[in-house]
Amino acid sequence: MINKKVKNVQEALKGVKDNMTLMLGGFGLCGIPENAILELVNLNVKDVTCISNNAGVDDFGLGLLLQNKQIKKMISSYVGENDEFERQMLSGELEVELTPQGTLAEKCRAAQAGFPAFYTPAGYGTEVAEGKETREFVGKMYVLEPAFKADFAFVKAWKGDAAGNLVFKGTSRNFNPNMCGAAKITVVEVEELVEVGALDPNHIHIPGIFVQRIFQGTNYEKRIEQRTVRQKK
Amino acid sequence: MALDKNGIAKRIAQEVQDGFYVNLGIGIPTLVANYVREDIEVEFQSENGVLGMGPFPFDGEEDADIINAGKQTITTMPGASFFDSATSFAMIRGKHVDLTILGAMEVAENGDIANWKIPDKMVKGMGGAMDLVASAENIIVAMMHSNKRGESKILKQCSLPLTGVGCVTKVVTNLAFLEVKNNAFHLLERAPGVSVEEIQKATEGTLVVHGDIPEMMI
Repeated sequence: MINKKVKNVQEALKGVKDNMTLMLGGFGLCGIPENAILELVNLNVKDVTCISNNAGVDDFGLGLLLQNKQIKKMISSYVGENDEFERQMLSGELEVELTPQGTLAEKCRAAQAGFPAFYTPAGYGTEVAEGKETREFVGKMYVLEPAFKADFAFVKAWKGDAAGNLVFKGTSRNFNPNMCGAAKITVVEVEELVEVGALDPNHIHIPGIFVQRIFQGTNYEKRIEQRTVRQKK
Repeated sequence: MALDKNGIAKRIAQEVQDGFYVNLGIGIPTLVANYVREDIEVEFQSENGVLGMGPFPFDGEEDADIINAGKQTITTMPGASFFDSATSFAMIRGKHVDLTILGAMEVAENGDIANWKIPDKMVKGMGGAMDLVASAENIIVAMMHSNKRGESKILKQCSLPLTGVGCVTKVVTNLAFLEVKNNAFHLLERAPGVSVEEIQKATEGTLVVHGDIPEMMI
């Protein structure tokens, strides 16, 4: 067993510097690496580029880095729900590269899987395709999209072991597995770090080979953005 | 009388067939799930990574780790599954999803759709909409026929930045059910009590009216 376990978030984020490109898992606030985000605030690294489907809300998730003016550029598919984000974008302080959600996921997966680029139909004929190579396959037009290049990927899993094997829960899975192994260093925080051997190899979602560092996360808030319920009759 | 949002959802629900995997967008499309016939088997996909979505949870049973693409807490049905975002869009791009229902700000007679950006006013992003419209073969757009100022949103040409080109085949509005083909909107059905003339007046794009146009049965 190759041991990936580090003792805490500080050790896990060693080597994160200004101007780096960071991937962060999560959809809205669901499945975001809460511990890593708080440590990025503590480290106060500046001018980072963040690849994340969303940008958090004003006072939670990546919104905390925005408030602290640490982000130079965001690469996301949807950035509503965040007033500070909108203010920085409209004033030109923040560079934003909006990317179709499936393309965003595939740019992660391509980096993970060693593909330099891929063709997708998403965005053809729109401003997303401007300046990009396009090509026809069997009568349909596609856009060439390059794989991401990132320094760190911050991932949140439900359970994991010291070998870096991961299991995700519910829709908090989202972009997290696609970002594992898609950056130079993949850092995973888990709700439950279990003994090696406790996870059934048949049930592992991401094998440890895609992970460089894993640690037991703490104090998860798991904030809900849209609490929608029905009443029992 | 023109339909309300639930009326639009009811009419679209009639297009959902037994055995369909369906992706519902945010807004009116979400309401469609409430009106699908109970005697057919349908699975709802949400692009954030769930197939087999159920209704909202009971108060107190919500789980922060189980949400839909609108970030609402949801439940799952027996037989449901969770998956990562790349797999989710493999379902969409790979045409495994049978029907996509989404909203729009504008549609044009050539099938173009705009629903993600109003320059200098609203830039929230396209989310999964560009992947959905570029890939799906069966797309129904749910929208109001005109904007709040009374201007038609059923156009010759979209004025807003596009989400996709030549991809819309069906549109259900508060006034009409339209099929988009041969560079025109073909009027298939009228909302109950709405005349062809009213629809014509509210449609900026080319409207083809062939024979007697039936009223929607809802």
